[in-house]
Amino acid sequence: MKRTIAATLATFAVAFAAPVSAGPREDLLTQYASIAQSSGFSAERGQTLHTRNFAGGKADTPACISCHGKDTRSPGSTPVGKPIAPLAVSVTPTRYTDPAKVEKWFRRNCIEVLGRECTPQEKGDWLVYVISQ
Amino acid sequence: MNLTYRPLALGFIALFFFVVVMGRVQAGGNHFYAPIADPVVKEECGSCHLAFAPSMLPASSWQRMMGNLKNHFGDDASVDADTTARITRYLVANAADAGDRRYGGKLLKGVALGSAPQRITELPKWVSEHRKVPDWEWRHKEVRTKANCVACHTGAEQGYYDE
Ligand code: HEC
Ligand code: HEC
Ligand code: HEC
Repeated sequence: MKRTIAATLATFAVAFAAPVSAGPREDLLTQYASIAQSSGFSAERGQTLHTRNFAGGKADTPACISCHGKDTRSPGSTPVGKPIAPLAVSVTPTRYTDPAKVEKWFRRNCIEVLGRECTPQEKGDWLVYVISQ
Repeated sequence: MNLTYRPLALGFIALFFFVVVMGRVQAGGNHFYAPIADPVVKEECGSCHLAFAPSMLPASSWQRMMGNLKNHFGDDASVDADTTARITRYLVANAADAGDRRYGGKLLKGVALGSAPQRITELPKWVSEHRKVPDWEWRHKEVRTKANCVACHTGAEQGYYDE
């Protein structure tokens, strides 16, 4: 339920491109939406992107959850064993507030997992998903 | 033991530990490799793995590594030009062979001058320090890779490597 509301709100904000609450996360979503010419983002699609296996990237990291773990509210771990703070904004409130950091890791991790950069649509879906967590 | 002697004994024990610990620190910290103090370097070089101590490799190694972050052991670790310059400056200034640094020197034993090795875990001295670690231990699921120093050296984040 909470997830649906957050997704709906994000869609709403994006659809009207209205700077209702111009936080850095909302700005990112607005940006992704305008590049993608998107009709809206979906947490559902974001979750699928997050959990599904891809064949295009590295063999030992076929999915986002290979490092970030299945539960967005629990810590993950890199292949070298370094812990990663939980992705869920409810647990790590500082997440996705530095656009350069977000873009840097989208680039690195999407290439690592999918073998290519993620599209603005995919980034928006994924962000809406983890923001709702 | 008589009660009145107990505080005295405890005092001696405390003194003993103090001498041992301080002795180790002052002896140039046999097992101490100062951790990264610059927050930017720590963030950029410490999110995928332990932020390796700059004093574990010579300056030439860091220069070579920083020149090719796009292809960093199969990963893309690249950052913008300003950040790259800042990190390079820090690593080089604190490298094993920088200035009068004496902490890291011994890990460089047997390293040919100018060979710019890219892995700490391939330095002859590192290999010989770890020759007694059995195969199964490297493959343990908590270890996974030699580069996961923290799995065995719990004080590695603080710069300590005495097991
Ligand atoms: C190889 C391990 C690995 C994989 C696989 C991985 N990540 Fe990450 N991710 C990291 C690390 C390490 C960080 C940086 C540490 C941190 O932010 O806590 C990070 C951070 C991020 C960030 C930045 C978070 C912030 O606070 O700004 C985003 C966005 C991200 N990852 C998205 C993804 C997506 C999407 C996928 C799947 C396509 C993915 N990651 C797969 C390791 C990974
Ligand atoms: C995107 C992830 C990532 C980032 C960011 C990153 N590294 Fe690495 N690094 C790796 C991987 C993967 C390895 C190989 C680990 C292994 O062999 O298990 C590695 C290995 C190393 C090694 C060799 C370890 C050994 O085996 O002795 C050094 C030294 C190193 N990195 C330094 C750095 C420095 C300096 C930075 C910052 C400029 C940095 N790394 C940033 C992923 C990263
Ligand atoms: C599988 C466990 C394991 C891993 C992983 C590991 N080490 Fe070690 N290391 C040891 C053991 C065991 C010794 C031997 C300690 C001794 O003999 O006192 C040792 C010794 C050392 C020493 C010498 C300390 C001394 O007592 O003189 C250094 C320095 C060191 N390790 C650094 C590293 C670094 C840096 C890494 C990561 C790149 C690493 N180690 C990864 C187990 C490990």
